[in-house]
Amino acid sequence: MPEMTVIEAVRSALHEEMERDERVFVMGEDVGQRGGVFLATQGFIEDFGPQRVIDSPLAEASIMGIALGAAFRGMRPIPEVQFSDFVWPSVNQLIGEAARAHYGTNGALKVPMTVRIPYGGGIRGGLFHSQNVEALFFHTPGLLVVTPSTPYEAKGLLKSAIRDDNPVIFLEHKKTYRLVRGEVPDEEYTLPIGPADIKRAGSDVTVVSYGLAMHYCLAAAEAVAADGIGAEVVDLRTLKPLDTETILDSVKKTGRLLVVHEDNISGGIGAEIAALAADEAFEYLDAPIARLCGPDVPTMPFAQTLEDAYMPSPDAIAAELRRLAAY
Amino acid sequence: MTQAASSSQIESDANGAVAIAQRSADAEALPEGLTADDLVEVCRQMILVRTMDERIWMMNRQGKVPIAASCQGHEAAELGSLLAAQKDGDCFHFPYYRDLAVKMAAGLTPRQVMLSFMGKEGEPYSGARQFPLQGADLPRKIIQISNVVAAGLTQGVGYALACKMMGEKTVTICYFGDGATSQGETHEAMNFASIHRLPVIFVCENNKYAISTPQDSQMVISDVAARAEGYGFPGFVIDGLDLIACYEATRQGIAHARSAGPVLIEMKVERFMPHTTDDDDRRYRDRDALDAARQFDPVAVFPSQMVSRGILTQEQLDAFRSDATQQVNDATDFADAAQPPDASTIGDHLYVQG
Ligand SMILES: Cc1ncc(C[n+]2csc(CCOP(=O)(O)OP(=O)(O)O)c2C)c(N)n1
Ligand SMILES: [Mg+2]
Repeated sequence: MPEMTVIEAVRSALHEEMERDERVFVMGEDVGQRGGVFLATQGFIEDFGPQRVIDSPLAEASIMGIALGAAFRGMRPIPEVQFSDFVWPSVNQLIGEAARAHYGTNGALKVPMTVRIPYGGGIRGGLFHSQNVEALFFHTPGLLVVTPSTPYEAKGLLKSAIRDDNPVIFLEHKKTYRLVRGEVPDEEYTLPIGPADIKRAGSDVTVVSYGLAMHYCLAAAEAVAADGIGAEVVDLRTLKPLDTETILDSVKKTGRLLVVHEDNISGGIGAEIAALAADEAFEYLDAPIARLCGPDVPTMPFAQTLEDAYMPSPDAIAAELRRLAAY
Repeated sequence: MTQAASSSQIESDANGAVAIAQRSADAEALPEGLTADDLVEVCRQMILVRTMDERIWMMNRQGKVPIAASCQGHEAAELGSLLAAQKDGDCFHFPYYRDLAVKMAAGLTPRQVMLSFMGKEGEPYSGARQFPLQGADLPRKIIQISNVVAAGLTQGVGYALACKMMGEKTVTICYFGDGATSQGETHEAMNFASIHRLPVIFVCENNKYAISTPQDSQMVISDVAARAEGYGFPGFVIDGLDLIACYEATRQGIAHARSAGPVLIEMKVERFMPHTTDDDDRRYRDRDALDAARQFDPVAVFPSQMVSRGILTQEQLDAFRSDATQQVNDATDFADAAQPPDASTIGDHLYVQG
């Protein structure tokens, strides 16, 4: 199997789906000649032409509104938000409109649209190029929210998202784009939206994460293994719908739960998972549920010291795993 | 009617040029593409819509309709433009909440309308999940998924983009109020439509108020249509109380949109009623001005013009009135007796399955 990076996997999924289905098109700022600022659509304009690789004006609300209207007619648009930090002007079209179009028409309209959003920090992006935007979409009925962490998943899940008839918020962690490499099959495959994946089995502590932080959890699990602590790493892969079964099965087995994410701690995905475990696995818990998340400041500041202070690190995760295992 | 865009702009827009004709100079001639029967039918619709609109308001006061926005004063604009669209046969509509006449003329029955306003089972736009006549009526080529002001404009433009990509000839018509023109998305929609020369008609039903905020607090220009020039497409100001003028502007707008791209048609209308059933306009509207405007009520003026021109007889007009009352009575009784949707359906259609 060939190895590729996350961004190469994204590009490969997009290219294959555009070849496969004429209704698929991409639209966003600089996606044409430039191939997108992260080069997700590099070379696409030559392969598919400007009709299907649309350089939009710099106007996020209309990128989403126009994609949504095109989806109503049966196209399968893939609008790109250049950086997650700039999704906010389009949020009415996503949360207000796209998420409730099927419900609000009693099933008459479908929204086969995949919104690609490079997100997250650790790249010295400061307050406006680092944001974690998932909690808001996670909170919104009618949306699907996908957060791949590896090239294999990025490709398989993106292809499924494009083929899905519901609006999908597809979150690609920017730092994983070139940092994370992995094997990707040559042959055609898709991965289902929904199921989480156990990236490392263990019987002492469950650690649930997604995106870049999931890789830090793997590193931490490896570190504590030397102390004889078996950490089970659950990679959510999809936030909405949440794979509650995999989470609960793991927690019931280990009796200990740590949730790790880069997003702010308050009202984040971790809060929901903690509530889930408290509701449905209370009798199985041998330690308090722990969350290791970004603090409640507006994402990570620019200075290296401040960025480091924000990000959950493998060391900090390992310390939490040890604390829970010893509890 | 005045052409707001500069003539040099229109001329330079070579293959897109439309010269919307002066309002029927020869009042006796039938408008292009219309028969006398069409005019008779539109009179019937006008009276039915008004009768329905008044009844809806009354049912609100009786506690049976939670909320309604009246289209009284907008009928000529809405019916005129819809008539042109229907004659064309390949138009798709993104109306807004004040477009009862558009939605009824597109083919909804009075019973369906009343089910919608009372929020009953069988409601055609949303299964009574939304405010009345909001959602989609795809068989009649209508989408209006929300009442977030101006949110439908970019969607309409996207719909037009898709039609173009699919090689279809459909023209998309977006309807909105003067208030909507202040939204950033209105700018974004017009700009994008222009860049891609999309077959879109922007119909601004300018009633000079956004709830209580008068036009001069919304903008310094007198004609919204003047903005079209900034987007490089034509804009027209039409007397929105004149059904034939609205028909004709839309008819020519459709031809322009299909061959050359977007056009903005501003129809100057009146809002005879408060903003919605929840509003009290006595706090902000001058009663004398309102009474003066009512003298030009298109639902009174247009049918009597048709009678005096010999297109409609007084007997037909009387029959339309009594038929409308009878149909609206029937619809009211029907909807009143209908059941609301079952509470167990609250989770249905959240996601497309499979
Ligand atoms: C984005 C948004 N802001 C505020 C409102 C509340 N609101 C509903 S209608 C309206 C006025 C709209 O005026 P206009 O566009 O002129 O339409 P009209 O009601 O006059 O036909 C307002 C402020 C809304 N529905 N959406
Ligand atoms: Mg208004």
